[in-house]
Amino acid sequence: MTAVLEISGLRKTYRSRKGVRNALDGFDMVVEAGQVHGFLGPNGSGKTTTLRTLLGLIKPNEGRMAVLGKEVPKHLPEVAREVGAIVESPQFFGNFSAEATLSLLADAGGVNRNRVVMVLDLVGLRDRAKERVKTYSLGMKQRLAVASALLKEPKLLILDEPANGLDPGGIREMRTLMRDLSAAGMTVLLSSHILGEIQMICDSVTIISAGRRVTSGSVSEVLARHKSGAVKVRLEAGVDMLGAAQVLRTAGAHVTLETDHFVVGNATNPAQITKLLAERQIYVTELTPIAADLEDVFLELTGTAPVEGQNRQVDQVATAGNGGWGQ
Amino acid sequence: MSLARAETRRLYKRRFTKLVLLGVLLVLGATVAGTWFSNEKVTPAQVADAKAQADRDYQTSLQSAQQDQQKCQAAQGTADAANWPPGCEGLYTPQPEDFNYVWYMPASFEFVEEFPDMISVLAVVLAAAAFLIGASFVGAEWNSGGMMNLLLWRPQRLRVLGTKMFVFLGWLISWTVVLTAVWAGVFRVIAETRGSTEKLTSGAWQSIGLMGLRGLGMVVAAGALGFAMASLGRHTGMALGALIGLGALQIGVYVMAQLAGLKYPEAYLAPLWGFAWLYKEFVVQDYNSCDFSTSSGCEYATFTLTWQVAGIGMAIFALLVVGTSMWTMRRRDIT
Repeated sequence: MTAVLEISGLRKTYRSRKGVRNALDGFDMVVEAGQVHGFLGPNGSGKTTTLRTLLGLIKPNEGRMAVLGKEVPKHLPEVAREVGAIVESPQFFGNFSAEATLSLLADAGGVNRNRVVMVLDLVGLRDRAKERVKTYSLGMKQRLAVASALLKEPKLLILDEPANGLDPGGIREMRTLMRDLSAAGMTVLLSSHILGEIQMICDSVTIISAGRRVTSGSVSEVLARHKSGAVKVRLEAGVDMLGAAQVLRTAGAHVTLETDHFVVGNATNPAQITKLLAERQIYVTELTPIAADLEDVFLELTGTAPVEGQNRQVDQVATAGNGGWGQ
Repeated sequence: MSLARAETRRLYKRRFTKLVLLGVLLVLGATVAGTWFSNEKVTPAQVADAKAQADRDYQTSLQSAQQDQQKCQAAQGTADAANWPPGCEGLYTPQPEDFNYVWYMPASFEFVEEFPDMISVLAVVLAAAAFLIGASFVGAEWNSGGMMNLLLWRPQRLRVLGTKMFVFLGWLISWTVVLTAVWAGVFRVIAETRGSTEKLTSGAWQSIGLMGLRGLGMVVAAGALGFAMASLGRHTGMALGALIGLGALQIGVYVMAQLAGLKYPEAYLAPLWGFAWLYKEFVVQDYNSCDFSTSSGCEYATFTLTWQVAGIGMAIFALLVVGTSMWTMRRRDIT
């Protein structure tokens, strides 16, 4: 496959009186042609900084970036015609109508104005096209932003939180649109916090935390690489579940009791569970690995899982991966 | 070209542009109406009456002066002499030119004498409008995020900002030239019907044309400054704030110059530089100096601010601000 977007060693440092902050700390990413690629990361992890840097809005301190095989920002003016993008919240001059806004962009970019009606229809704004943008809801502005990105029929579509403000129907429409665009050969880079959506529509993902890539690959690969390590344990009826849990806890397991079973959260080697319990004449009737979803992987890798009794701060990242038990 | 076309359309579509232009036309219309109604064509009979009245007043004043002379002469050698100048020297003697008959006529619009003031009115009104429109044109784009959108389409920062500015300045020059031509035509008509076009020679037209050109320069500079200041601050309000700040700074500098005993504190006031630019010179006086002469009393030392000095000074300031705005556009991140 051809890489449509390549980033390596990207670094962006902000200096202020409070000190130096690395928004991007040697970040790498590759997006292959024709894929829908999810770009995930907690708030303040560097997602938007990456996209802005890629699009020439921010100057990096170091690193290499290439879009459609051309180095950027040096060759960005040449490839800009092929890249449609929305970055962060949709921003438009409120006193112009959606139609005027897009036709001005079409003029500026040398795109045929006839496409304006087409893309407005595509995002469901055809009947409200002549209304001023300032009368639009956030969801409608989001649709307009997507329309502006689609206006130039890009080869690479970069969407930063496109589902923000959309109603459930809108989110589903957006999902279908992404799939259709991808099927038509467009590469889509999708930054989002809605992990279920990403898991549903993306072929591959990159997860960023504290300005660095923490994992990447196809969604199935990432999920396979980061098994939850948790197993569901069910015992024979009438067996003292609390006692069994205590046995495992004494051995260092993280046990969570449920109504009719318990979960061992850090069971790297499930055989240890059966061994320990069998030694005490307690027999297991079910031992099922619990599959991780993207949310689990995200929380684990970014260290942003909520901890009871603690208010996590935006830049606070817990040490990811506590290590397994039972090895 | 496509970018220039888009920016031209954007400028025309903006409601603020239309509102300010409407305001300009209303102010100029009120000026024209005021001039029309406050002037009238003077008839030969009115001229004759005015001349007769001026002569009568001159004669009355002359008789009064002669009586004063006689009283003064009579008072010499008496205690009353203290109430008169020594030797009756320096007593006022009226001159015929002190009673210009024109002052006795109803107001009449003399094109050659009064149109330069009208050019300055036009230049000041258009300069204010240019500053506002220029600041809003780019400031609203920054503030609304429109500039970022545009840069996603055309990731060439200097070209985008430069095109925007040149489109705006081109539009501004077109409007100023058209309005100045209409302005001259309207006042020519007023002069023909409610005044006079005496002394309107080709030389007079040349002088008026040059003043119009200087006015155009002032309007362009004001527009470029508004645009550049708003772009520097990335908000329309920043340009207006900077203008207020500069005004306050001006007052501060003027007060400090006075306190420091500098000879010509008025020379530090930018509006007077604008005056010198339009009217070719502005003479400031040092009121602390006094070169006394018996004929005309104190003659103060003067400093003449010429249009060349004023023009170069204002151009350097405008170029510095525009250059800085371009430099920051190139250097600063867009967040």
